[in-house]
Amino acid sequence: MPTKPAGTLYRGREGMWSWVGHRITGVVIFFFLLVHVLDTSLVRVSPEAYTAVIGAYKNPLMALGETGLVAAIVFHAFNGLRVIAIDFWKKGAKYQRQMLWTVLVLWLVVFGAFAIRHLSLALGGH
Amino acid sequence: MTTEMAEPASKIELPAGIGGGGEIPTFNITLRVRRYNPEVSEEPVWQDHQLTMYGTDRVLDALHKVKWEIDGSLSFRRSCAHGICGSDAMRINGRNRLACKTLLKDLDTSKPITVEPIKGLPVEKDLIVDMEPFFQSFREVMPFLINKGHEPTKERLQSVEDRERFDDTTKCILCAACTSSCPVFWTDGQYFGPAAIVNAHRFIFDSRDDAGDMRLEILNDKEGVWRCRTTFNCSEACPRGIQVTQAIAEVKQAILARKI
Repeated sequence: MPTKPAGTLYRGREGMWSWVGHRITGVVIFFFLLVHVLDTSLVRVSPEAYTAVIGAYKNPLMALGETGLVAAIVFHAFNGLRVIAIDFWKKGAKYQRQMLWTVLVLWLVVFGAFAIRHLSLALGGH
Repeated sequence: MTTEMAEPASKIELPAGIGGGGEIPTFNITLRVRRYNPEVSEEPVWQDHQLTMYGTDRVLDALHKVKWEIDGSLSFRRSCAHGICGSDAMRINGRNRLACKTLLKDLDTSKPITVEPIKGLPVEKDLIVDMEPFFQSFREVMPFLINKGHEPTKERLQSVEDRERFDDTTKCILCAACTSSCPVFWTDGQYFGPAAIVNAHRFIFDSRDDAGDMRLEILNDKEGVWRCRTTFNCSEACPRGIQVTQAIAEVKQAILARKI
């Protein structure tokens, strides 16, 4: 008799996973904004301190982080429009799945273009 | 205590292998049930049963076989066993389904079939959950006709179009498959849940009902329709095929339209 106290994960479909993705990207963006407000406010402390902190971001690790951030923002933005459409457009609920695929295609195009340019600039040598 | 039943005189012994016309294929399954008995242990356990089932059998038949022939302590609810009473909603292979409407042959029988109680409601024993929080929300939306006019001498007439407006939400059997599939309800038991909103929708959009505004006011709450995050789990789970998320969206829009 296998004993496994934990229950199984609910097997939701596209709607549930897009919601999970929306939540996670939302939290990621929130933490970025927190740091962003802090580093930007350094300008009021001293411009030199601001320049030093922003300069410290110029490394490959941060470049990857920025790429991830843009991935999160682009998904959150397009999926947010989908969620608005579900709530306000009469046929939104009916076409939610098609809209999710549209979101993912748009995400791939926009994020892909950004990632190629950003990573080649950031990692490709100065 | 058993008493021997006398065989009828007309009984004919058939040799094995005769009368194959109506044979139903059989197959073996592993039924993996999540058992919980607070009198024995606080921890739920998974229990496996190897069963030989027929192609026409449903998950409910497998549960019956276990309860009636192997382990009588297995507890679950079922009443009509034909998808009308809404008693046997449970989580089958990770999704909320009615055990009486889920054919075993439609599931992957090469792997164990997992059966768990529905989520978000307190488990009492095995597959039985406490439905009271669910029915509490249902009662709060006043799921009955409220009409301020004079009592008509005959029935209350309604046009076909007006009846059609809320047809989808009349199908609810209160099985709780939708509400207990909702990630918001799992973490926030105060949320009305899809089923209560569906049953409010059924009266809000009924031309014979006069208390739509009251129901909209009840659902225009922090724990009302605005908790819905449109995950569509409810629409996927509904054994009656109600477009639950669509109904919730219509209630949201009705609240906004009323305010303007």
